[in-house]
Amino acid sequence: MKNILTIIKKQIKDTLKNKPVLIQFIMFPAMTLIMENAIKLKDMPDLFFTKLFAVMYIGMAPLTASASIISEEKEKNTLRVLMMAGVRPWEYLTGVAAYIWILCMAGAGIMAVGLDAKDVPFFMLVMGVGFIISILIGAFVGIFAKNQMVSTSLMMPVMMILSFSPMLAMFNDKIEKAARFVYTQQLRQTVDHMSFDGIGNSGALILAVNAAAALVLFFIAFKKKGLE
Amino acid sequence: MIRCRGVEKSFSGKKVLSGIDMDIPEGKIFGLLGPSGAGKTTLIRIITGQLGYDAGSVNIFDREARELTRDDNKKIGIMMDDFGVYERFSCRDNLKVFADIYGTPYGKIDETLELVGLGDAAKKSASDLSKGMRARLQLARVFMHSPEILFLDEPTSGLDPRSQKAIHRIILDKKKEGRTIFLTTHNMEEAHALCDTVALLNEGHIVDTGAPDELCRKYDHKKTISIHLRSGESIELACGAESAERIGELMKSGSVETIHSSEPNLETVFLELTGKKLEEDDK
Repeated sequence: MKNILTIIKKQIKDTLKNKPVLIQFIMFPAMTLIMENAIKLKDMPDLFFTKLFAVMYIGMAPLTASASIISEEKEKNTLRVLMMAGVRPWEYLTGVAAYIWILCMAGAGIMAVGLDAKDVPFFMLVMGVGFIISILIGAFVGIFAKNQMVSTSLMMPVMMILSFSPMLAMFNDKIEKAARFVYTQQLRQTVDHMSFDGIGNSGALILAVNAAAALVLFFIAFKKKGLE
Repeated sequence: MIRCRGVEKSFSGKKVLSGIDMDIPEGKIFGLLGPSGAGKTTLIRIITGQLGYDAGSVNIFDREARELTRDDNKKIGIMMDDFGVYERFSCRDNLKVFADIYGTPYGKIDETLELVGLGDAAKKSASDLSKGMRARLQLARVFMHSPEILFLDEPTSGLDPRSQKAIHRIILDKKKEGRTIFLTTHNMEEAHALCDTVALLNEGHIVDTGAPDELCRKYDHKKTISIHLRSGESIELACGAESAERIGELMKSGSVETIHSSEPNLETVFLELTGKKLEEDDK
């Protein structure tokens, strides 16, 4: 537990100095606050930007943060130093995941300020689930990639699909048909209705399959490549 | 403290270490000399349990290296050439991470930075450090938990003479404190100045081992004395009783400017044993 807390502490300190990661955490919450207050259009659904950016936040911030943190530590060989100091791989990964999840949940909390109080717990639950799946995918990329450059190259298309497909699905039926198999689209529908009724059984199954696939990919990468 | 017997290691069918035997007693500095690619780093990784081996036995703290526990790891400090530092952190914050991991009081951070000569750079970001300062920060990290055994992989590689000297002083201080030090280098002057025992490693084999002076004497085949006279003339005499009278005369007449015995240095010994220079990869 001590080592997990040390990793969380280290990451929090690093976030203040690591601007690319810091921006990932604050960009969507800040944009949500600004857009919700600055743009009011006729016929625009309630909390349009909150719901739209919430899903984009799920598909972008945890994914890029986990992939870039892990791949940077691998590339700079600081990860090996941590392992030699007695930090176990699972402690490191848990620490990084917990740190990303906590910061993302704080960001989600900021995004939730416009919601009805009764919807906030459900919104946070959906966001929390989405962050976990994205962190697993990001960790898979971070472990799989040899260095940061490879990690960014692998991550970009994944991130684009996960964060932008729910938005594009609103405007194009064909995209919507494909996007429904992605967990971020299912989470968007859940947030839209503020209820799991919004996705039905098939949506719940898609979410479960996405989560299981992310978990399996993560374990395959970890078993095959470890943290070296 | 460290004992290797018949250690073998191959990568993709290529043997990189073969029949490695060595004993490193407590409180001594052991130097592993060899050119780049000789297998020095691989051997450190094996001894410290980072890497498995194909045959033989490696014992450290009376335990097989493969079975080192977390507590054993805490008794080991490793500075590898390619180990990084947290670039965005200050020197102090870099050490704070490891103080937290080892449970070392924060008070030791400034003390350790002072020890390696980085007291004034405590707040400086690691990304702004020179290569020599960065090496000293890596050393400081190794010293944070007062390990019993230090593994230093090319600790002065690529550093200027002043930084090299500073690191040598720190290493010798650690020896005085009773630490056991395993040093790899391809700098024979460094090995001669620091090590109690050296092993010469070439293409995965230890070709000879012993105290630096002993090795140099052992391979002194010429056994001559070179004298440079004030007149500019240089003469070479056999190192034996037959030359004593002549040397005495030259000394008495005050015509000797310099006088040297002919024993080789470690570089020459290595060249004789392997046909290779220790530092040929750097040239």
